[in-house]
Amino acid sequence: MQMVSLKRGVSQNMGFATAVLLLLVLYLTYNMMHPRGFSSAVAIQNSNETVAIAFVAMAQTLPVLLGGLDLSVGAVMTLTNCVASLLLNGSPAQILLGMGLTLLTGTMFGLMNGLIVVYGRIQPIIATLATGAIAMGLALLIRPQPGGNVDDDLGWALTNSVWDLADTYGFADGGDAWWLRPFADIPVPFLLVLFVAIFVWLPFRRSVTGRTVYAIGSAEGAAYMSGLPINRAKIAAFTLGGFFAACGGLYLAIQTSSGNADIQQAGAYTLNSIAAVVLGGTSLLGGTGGAIGSLIGAMILRVISFYFRILDIDPLLQPLIEGLVLLTAVSFGAFRTLRVKNQLDLFR
Amino acid sequence: MTEAIVEYRGISKFFAGIRALEGVDFKCRSGSIHAILGENGAGKSTMIKIMSGVLQPDEGTILLEGKPVTFSSPQAANEAGIVCMFQELSLVPDLSVADNISISHPPRRFGLIDRRAQVRRAEELLARVRCEDIDPNALVRELSLSRRQMVEIAKALGRDPKVLILDEATSALTTRDVQTVYDLLGDLRDKGVASLFISHRMHEVDALCDTLSVFRNGQHIETFAKGERSEGEIVRLMIGRDVEAQFPPRPPQPPETLRDAPLLSVKGLKWGKRLNGIDLDVRRGEIVGLGGLDGQGQKELLLALFGVLRDVEGDVRIGDAKGIPSSPAAAKSAATRLALVPEDRKTEGLMLGMSIADNLLAASFANISSGPFINPKKAQAEILSGISKLQIKAGSPADPVMTLSGGNQQKVVIAKWLMINPDVILLNDPTRGIDVGTKQEIYKLMRSLANEGKAILFYSSDYAELIGCCDRVSVLYAGRVVSEQEGDAITEESLVAASLNIGIEAA
Repeated sequence: MQMVSLKRGVSQNMGFATAVLLLLVLYLTYNMMHPRGFSSAVAIQNSNETVAIAFVAMAQTLPVLLGGLDLSVGAVMTLTNCVASLLLNGSPAQILLGMGLTLLTGTMFGLMNGLIVVYGRIQPIIATLATGAIAMGLALLIRPQPGGNVDDDLGWALTNSVWDLADTYGFADGGDAWWLRPFADIPVPFLLVLFVAIFVWLPFRRSVTGRTVYAIGSAEGAAYMSGLPINRAKIAAFTLGGFFAACGGLYLAIQTSSGNADIQQAGAYTLNSIAAVVLGGTSLLGGTGGAIGSLIGAMILRVISFYFRILDIDPLLQPLIEGLVLLTAVSFGAFRTLRVKNQLDLFR
Repeated sequence: MTEAIVEYRGISKFFAGIRALEGVDFKCRSGSIHAILGENGAGKSTMIKIMSGVLQPDEGTILLEGKPVTFSSPQAANEAGIVCMFQELSLVPDLSVADNISISHPPRRFGLIDRRAQVRRAEELLARVRCEDIDPNALVRELSLSRRQMVEIAKALGRDPKVLILDEATSALTTRDVQTVYDLLGDLRDKGVASLFISHRMHEVDALCDTLSVFRNGQHIETFAKGERSEGEIVRLMIGRDVEAQFPPRPPQPPETLRDAPLLSVKGLKWGKRLNGIDLDVRRGEIVGLGGLDGQGQKELLLALFGVLRDVEGDVRIGDAKGIPSSPAAAKSAATRLALVPEDRKTEGLMLGMSIADNLLAASFANISSGPFINPKKAQAEILSGISKLQIKAGSPADPVMTLSGGNQQKVVIAKWLMINPDVILLNDPTRGIDVGTKQEIYKLMRSLANEGKAILFYSSDYAELIGCCDRVSVLYAGRVVSEQEGDAITEESLVAASLNIGIEAA
């Protein structure tokens, strides 16, 4: 019985299973090729570089599940990055307040996106193209030049291992307590992403609102006829997307100790978030997939770029190779069509 | 007479100035099964959509248990105890059966959906509709249409309705499931539930309902108890005129020795586990029916012949061409000239948002093109001949096909395929969910096409159609032909017996 349900779970989440496998293979190979592979230092560096795109990919997942696209996720991340670069300093209470305000900014922006899509009856892709430009404009007003003032301790503590975190803030005997030892080498950024995924995404997915998001992407008419709260779910999806994007912006500010209203960077994050979502097994048609998959997808994208460093590839070749690898990875999804016996299933 | 649970007072509804319902007064009682009869376009759907909160009336009031109510959404109607099962199923394909059954009010723990309780609940409800074979964890998209309808019924049951509306809810069901639904509705009636039952099958209405209401042209014509009027009178009320015999007469078949060689000949057709060696012949001028319980391979057989399935084994000969077509495009080509009227007209038969004209031409662009361009004159001529040949009731060929009623939509599908002048016509339940008048037109058309020398293979889930229309019927069981019946030997008893494969089970 266990075997049967496992088999069903894999076959119903083929894209997700493929992504996990691909990530494992890529990352293990990478560590084997790396001179200091399988060390805490490498893991910390890697996870620091992955956090922002991971959060932005999770943000993109929600509109995609509805059957739309959000072109503002990169811009919202940039906006919140700039907000955070102003607020993350002073007393601990002030810093916490600054974090709260940063997350609130992104969440409210997402809420605005949702309200525009639902009550303005505008398609997500075009609505967020416009609001994305607005977010970018606000970011430039806040931070015409790159820069910022982020608390140094915070920057150190959240971008290193658990031991460093405890050491910086002097809890658990400065990181030497026996109960902390099993976790001492784990990178904090990795735990932050995991924490948000487990305590924000998973409960959402198991709520009626979350299920409604899936139902809308799968068959909106049926969802309406079943008496599901369609408008609430759409607004909630965009709002949560804004929250995830803000998590990304907040972390970027902590990591770089600055804010930077870089239009190109925002655009690149948005496009990469779509790639990560698809790599993670979420259908662009909506209704299937999830944010955990996108997390995996974002990690795959980043691991591919890590290879450039250890293989000493000419930076000019990077976009070309990245494109080819991405195309290959996404093509794995097309293999299922070779097994389809009823050709009508290809169109469903 | 007990008190009315739902009462309509002077309900009217207009769409862009066109009247869909006019001044309807209507009552239905608790503890009854109430049939709503009428042709497509008579206003039944509008009336039900108003009751279930999908549409709001332009005039008039609805009383629920004596109190005026307004439902702004299906959610509001659900909460008041009015549950509707629509013809277009309200299931979400990418969610599991259990998710769908408890979709809007799932069991929860700590505010989150409790999956285990949800599966248990689904199992209980599926057991009540005697569908223990459906796995609550399966995705709805993996189920056949008839299974989906049973899930839909289980879902409706789970909402503890006071008023249950079944809109063509039995159209795709197997005989066994239909019986289950009858029993269930009987139980619900005894518990005081009011059921509104919409069906185009008179024998279902006759077997099930205690009260009948007839609608025509957006008006409530009459309500009466079962048995007060004969079937003929009811049909006359529905269409407002007399009807001739339901099925066209069957021409006598030539004796065995004088028959032509078959146009379509199938031997040992196999596909996966669903088709296990089918043997079948269809001659020119013949209508051959496919009988049997739902899901015995009838649909797969039609799809296989039309080139939709991969890795099909067996000998197929269509005219002079040997072998199975590799795709629908190959199937309709000059060598085989096959046409298939598919099961689901809304997704496989039509491009709903496109115009009637574009839909009609979709299969025959080769015939109406000059070089790479569509020749507008030829196209126009074909469109007009298609519309007049099938008497499609449409405002303009440029209107989107979704503005047509179900019966007229199906006519567009059929007309589209007749344009390629097919030799072999495969029909997959072509009369599902369409009104009596159009059904009769389709029966007549089938017979006249056969008389023109076409070979017709016809699957229907309605035994009466197989008995009335077909020259021969092949009954399928577990992907194999278990019985062939001919002419007057085709009866309901013989079909049911063969469907259950009783002869072989006993041996």
